[in-house]
Amino acid sequence: MFAYIIRRVLFSVPIVFGVMLLTFFLFFVIQSPDAMARRVLGPKATPQTVNTWLHNRGYDKPIIVPRAAKQSFADYLLISRSWKDSLFIHQMTRLATFDLGSSDVTGRPLIDIFKSGALPSLLITLPAFLLGLMVSIGFALYFVFIRNSALDLLGTFLCIALMSVPLMVYIIFGQWFAALVLKYFPAFGFHMQGMSTLKFLLLPVALIVVSGLGADVRLFRALFLEEMGQDYIRTARAKGVSSARVLLQHVLKNGLINLITMMVASLPFLIMGSLVIENFFGIPGLGNVLFSAIQAPDFAVVQASVFLGSILYLFGLILTDLCYAWADPRIRLH
Amino acid sequence: MALLDQLWFQNTLVLIGYALVASLLSSATKGERWQAASSRLKRDYVGIAAFVVIVLFVFIGSMEMIRLPSNEGRRTLLDLVTTGIPQEKEYAAPMATHAFSVANPRPLNGRHLLGTDTLGRDTLVQTLRATRTALIIGGLTSIIYIPIGVLLGIMAGYYKRWVDDLIQYLYSTIASVPEILMLVAILMVLGKGLGTMSIALGITGWVGLARLIRGETLRQTEKPYITAAKAMGQSDWKIITRHLLPNVMHLVVIKFVLGFSGLVLTEAVLSYLGVGAPIGTASWGGMIDASRSELSRDPVVWWNLTSAATALFLLVLSLNIFGDSLRRAFDPRQT
Repeated sequence: MFAYIIRRVLFSVPIVFGVMLLTFFLFFVIQSPDAMARRVLGPKATPQTVNTWLHNRGYDKPIIVPRAAKQSFADYLLISRSWKDSLFIHQMTRLATFDLGSSDVTGRPLIDIFKSGALPSLLITLPAFLLGLMVSIGFALYFVFIRNSALDLLGTFLCIALMSVPLMVYIIFGQWFAALVLKYFPAFGFHMQGMSTLKFLLLPVALIVVSGLGADVRLFRALFLEEMGQDYIRTARAKGVSSARVLLQHVLKNGLINLITMMVASLPFLIMGSLVIENFFGIPGLGNVLFSAIQAPDFAVVQASVFLGSILYLFGLILTDLCYAWADPRIRLH
Repeated sequence: MALLDQLWFQNTLVLIGYALVASLLSSATKGERWQAASSRLKRDYVGIAAFVVIVLFVFIGSMEMIRLPSNEGRRTLLDLVTTGIPQEKEYAAPMATHAFSVANPRPLNGRHLLGTDTLGRDTLVQTLRATRTALIIGGLTSIIYIPIGVLLGIMAGYYKRWVDDLIQYLYSTIASVPEILMLVAILMVLGKGLGTMSIALGITGWVGLARLIRGETLRQTEKPYITAAKAMGQSDWKIITRHLLPNVMHLVVIKFVLGFSGLVLTEAVLSYLGVGAPIGTASWGGMIDASRSELSRDPVVWWNLTSAATALFLLVLSLNIFGDSLRRAFDPRQT
């Protein structure tokens, strides 16, 4: 088991490396370092200030491979020295020690940015995740209980209908209804201030739960139905255990193991927040941080978010495997 | 490009697109598995109804895709059908006789079943026009991502070892990069447009399919018929195309239908994030996005949001229902 974890972590290193390489490529395709400097420093910047800005951040170095402008073929073969001096290698060695640096635009340390962004993100995604899980499991169990009845059929149809509404329409309608018709919830914004924070959270959380409900209920229903077909359920029924008890004790317990295993991969991602919801409601979470960094553009922020995001993603995958092995002793990790 | 502006060339491209999708579907609908499924599908009336709605949308979208010769700008079959509908100068409510403005309610040139948008264009026509955008995003992206996903998925599952490692590495890497960064970057390089958007979505979209096909291929290669084929000395290429491909094709069709609905939904989100359909191209996402400011007006301009959202909902709902019917027809054990 321990060897397995070590191997998986080692396997993750080239993936993170590849992700960062791709990010470098994609980002500098959007914006060259020069254009970025000019945008941050304003139109009045002299070439000198631009150059010092670039130099201080290491952007005057070649990005991935040295530019081929004046190089002959012989220089290519001697790439090793200048290769080590590229921006990519420079930044990667820095990130490897989790030194995130600071924002290119505001100069704020990135640790601060992520620390202040993580809480609003988690305040939205964590309650939404837990609430969504509970509501979906409740509905799914009920539909399994009344399976193949007219109500079950109607439920399935409603779930598909819920899945077919675009997130934008949920948000627009929710905002319009809650804020303009009920006149109670704020339609936009976020304020961390004790209990009144709750007011800002309710609508986004409710929207995430409702928009995810259809897909989750259907998934969980299928999961529980599969459990219903197992032999041990038949035995329990034959033994005289009531239908409701079978459902709540046997099916729920065993189904839950599968379910948690499936959901665990998304746990680390909760901290990254929900990009569209945060952007729409003006919540200063990590989803919003990444989105505005792509638009700004602020390379340091994009780079660090992608780096942390890919580590979280791979962490989630390893967690899933461990969960499987833990839940089902027949699975051996090696 | 000059060639791309040619009428016949554009229409030929449309036909090629249809032919590609049709050939994908026809190649999938061969074999015993399909016959058993289609007899089950024929008894599924909800599924048939959903399929009819999808065909209707494809028909409307095609009318906007076929171009007609014209002296002034773009002119399509749909324009020809809707020439009788007059152009207004501003918002008009559904079936109103006067323009939708408090200060100066001028009489309109005609009545509009679903009102008009801010530029005075008929909302119903715009909604129908946007069907083309949805079909292009869904169809073109599918043409791009399905071959990549199927090929890499089968190769990973069949050859195993380093090929599997390499392909898994490839899709883990792509899955770890935030999709929005990928989309924005690709659209920046290639320029905004429906074609480039499909390419961008195709590059990120094959991961899920490849994963699915890899898993199924791994399962299939354990089965005796593959061992038998190998023992008889059949080449890898033949085993892949003759034996493996037909046995994973039903998954591809299901994924195509359900993925199509996902792509139509994604287009709506991309419009909000500012990387959606280019200006001047009618799209449901664009209409929904524009309606945000319309809802805060007093009195509320609700018809643009309602029409676009309803059309989008109907198409996605039908695709989801039909995809579900397909899945049940192919795998009757699951309900």
